Amino acid sequence: MMEPGTYFMEGNTACAEGAIAAGCRFFAGYPITPASEILERICERFPEVHGSYLQMEDELASIASILGASWAGRKAMTATSGPGFSLMMENYGLGLMTETPCVIVNVMRGGPSTGLPTMVAQGDVNQTRWGTHGDVGVVVYAPSSPQELFDYTIKAFNTAEKYRLPVVILSDEMVSHMTEKVEVPPKDEIEIVDRKKPEDPPEEYLPYRPDEDLVPPMANAGDGYSVHVTGLTHDEKGHPSVDEKTQSVLVTRLIDKIRKNADDILEYEEYKVEDADTMIVAYGSVYRAAIEAVDMAREKGYKVGLLRPLTIWPFPEERIYDLAREGIDSFLVAEINFGQIVYEVERCTGGASDTYLAPRMGGTIHTPEEIVDRIEAIDRGEIPAFKE
Amino acid sequence: MSIRKSRDWFSPDYMEQKSKKEGTYGLHPLDNYLRKDRIPHIWCPGCGLGIILNSYLRALKNSDIAPEDTAVVSGIGCSGRAAGYVDVDSFHVTHGRAIPFATGLKVGNKDLVTTVFSGDGDLFAIGGNHFIHAARRNVDFNVICVNNFNYGMTGGQAGPTTPQGAKTSTTPWGGFEQPFNLPAVAAGSGAVYVARWTTYHVEKLIESFEEALNKQGFCFIEVLSPCPTGYGRKVGLKTGKETMKYYKENSEIKPDADPSEVALDPEDPESKIIVGNFVDREAPTYQDERGKVFGEARKKMEVDG
Ligand SMILES: Cc1ncc(C[n+]2csc(CCOP(=O)(O)OP(=O)(O)O)c2C)c(N)n1
Ligand code: SF4
Ligand SMILES: [Mg+2]
Repeated sequence: MMEPGTYFMEGNTACAEGAIAAGCRFFAGYPITPASEILERICERFPEVHGSYLQMEDELASIASILGASWAGRKAMTATSGPGFSLMMENYGLGLMTETPCVIVNVMRGGPSTGLPTMVAQGDVNQTRWGTHGDVGVVVYAPSSPQELFDYTIKAFNTAEKYRLPVVILSDEMVSHMTEKVEVPPKDEIEIVDRKKPEDPPEEYLPYRPDEDLVPPMANAGDGYSVHVTGLTHDEKGHPSVDEKTQSVLVTRLIDKIRKNADDILEYEEYKVEDADTMIVAYGSVYRAAIEAVDMAREKGYKVGLLRPLTIWPFPEERIYDLAREGIDSFLVAEINFGQIVYEVERCTGGASDTYLAPRMGGTIHTPEEIVDRIEAIDRGEIPAFKE
Repeated sequence: MSIRKSRDWFSPDYMEQKSKKEGTYGLHPLDNYLRKDRIPHIWCPGCGLGIILNSYLRALKNSDIAPEDTAVVSGIGCSGRAAGYVDVDSFHVTHGRAIPFATGLKVGNKDLVTTVFSGDGDLFAIGGNHFIHAARRNVDFNVICVNNFNYGMTGGQAGPTTPQGAKTSTTPWGGFEQPFNLPAVAAGSGAVYVARWTTYHVEKLIESFEEALNKQGFCFIEVLSPCPTGYGRKVGLKTGKETMKYYKENSEIKPDADPSEVALDPEDPESKIIVGNFVDREAPTYQDERGKVFGEARKKMEVDG
């Protein structure tokens, strides 16, 4: 990995360096703005660390090959943007179903379709949660700076290995293309988590029998365990078993694996919440404007705080539920879309406070002034609380 | 702790002990290569898939490759179920994506002798783009395509190899699209080994599988296979046996045939099913080439080999 020290680094470069620091040694990708610099940085750096990269024929192939590489025992990653992420949805589900650790980076740009290739948006938030068919539990990080792209790429690998699933890093064009100070810590200060290996001998090993944490130990291909892996509903042996009971046991566990470990996975930050009666909710690049908006609004006498989910999924549900009952009258969600996380916030308040949206269609982020204007307009009663 | 190589599948003692312990002592010799608790399989009576899987396992047994160093990857379809029956590391992935999955697996662990076992629809319709690119890269694995001329699993629809004129559930008035000549697609895309056999040519098939298992680079074997349920009964080959007879009477072994000239033409009563090993050449694999370039890069960067 890079020499420890302080660098001036682009977000996408920091993401690639974070992956290398996390032990990523397999990368497959297909060029797409605004994620291409991740692929390019990896291509430049991988010979040195004895990694393997493949520029695949499309994103369907990129994700399929990282799943294969993960079963070969590699830490594997792909990086894309909305159009490629849409193509990945089926195999994202395969990765979740087969419990294959890997990392998928989606640098969001404006959509739908080809949309705004070179400009920021946050329209893929719900796609990471609901985009693949069937019921799933997912982990998605939303970093807000090059430093966080470095740190959370490492964390994404650790979470992927620990809980055995594809973890998504939901960056956006603004965060990925900004250049800022990035501290690369010494190697021995970086925590690295590796997947649990089976302790049972091959005759007794059941590849999908979970431990208490609901995660089954994983034997890689070539380890001598003769594992069978299928996207079909499967029992603890890994054998397809197409019946209601197996389906219920498996899918419930896949969801509970995240739900019941949410205390360990969930991350959010708060700013000036103590005396606040209004909370801004923002993530990714918008968080940067929102934090400034808090200070500006306070100068004008508004008691505003900020909640910033770092894991968008799992979402800080309980925290919002509590805040709504502990003096927060209104939540204002600022996001670069027509309303995605706002639905979550509204659901979590359970009607105990009002929820408002500061939408934006993409291309640029909110300015702090715009967010403050919104707060003032809410105060004047000019904006109805969020309704579908 | 890795337990690689600690199980010797070929030691008679090991086999005997294992099979006695599992209560399977005295069964068919290939049973030890199968996940016995998954048998009976789902394939129809008269289906060619059993013959092809049997031939692959025989080739594996004849080769000196330990099953624990072997992986099988399948897509979706009747043919795709093969991965579920072999007692080696086996992956039953999404429709069309067996090849890119296998690419990751093989590049991730170069010691795994990897075989993709899948159907004509899986490999050449939904997965066609991956096929040509894996062949072009010359990734070191084998692709076995079970060509039953239709989508067996989903009920006998037409696919990319269905002959013109054939009636299927989606060509009720007869097919009119031009089918792929698979050996030509493979050879033209860069495969270093290309063969076509039918389920009638079992000995040749086993030989071909063995050659492919031992060969470096992208190897392709097309196997024409009876599908009485999905295809045969609609085109006058009602049973597996009739189809086998048809293969026997209409095939011609031509090892040096030019792949571009082996297109199947059932419309022409004079035409033969040309079978044989059409291509067997040496070329550096993806990993050879990458190793060279990365080695040079490391020299330039002055980092260790
Ligand atoms: C993305 C997707 N589309 C469609 C299907 C439905 N499907 C399952 S198998 C199959 C065709 C398989 O045909 P082939 O590969 O020739 O295998 P065969 O059953 O003939 O052996 C299709 C279309 C699917 N599983 N996934
Ligand atoms: S439908 Fe055809 S390919 Fe599938 S199992 Fe039956 S005979 Fe075999
Ligand atoms: Mg078929």
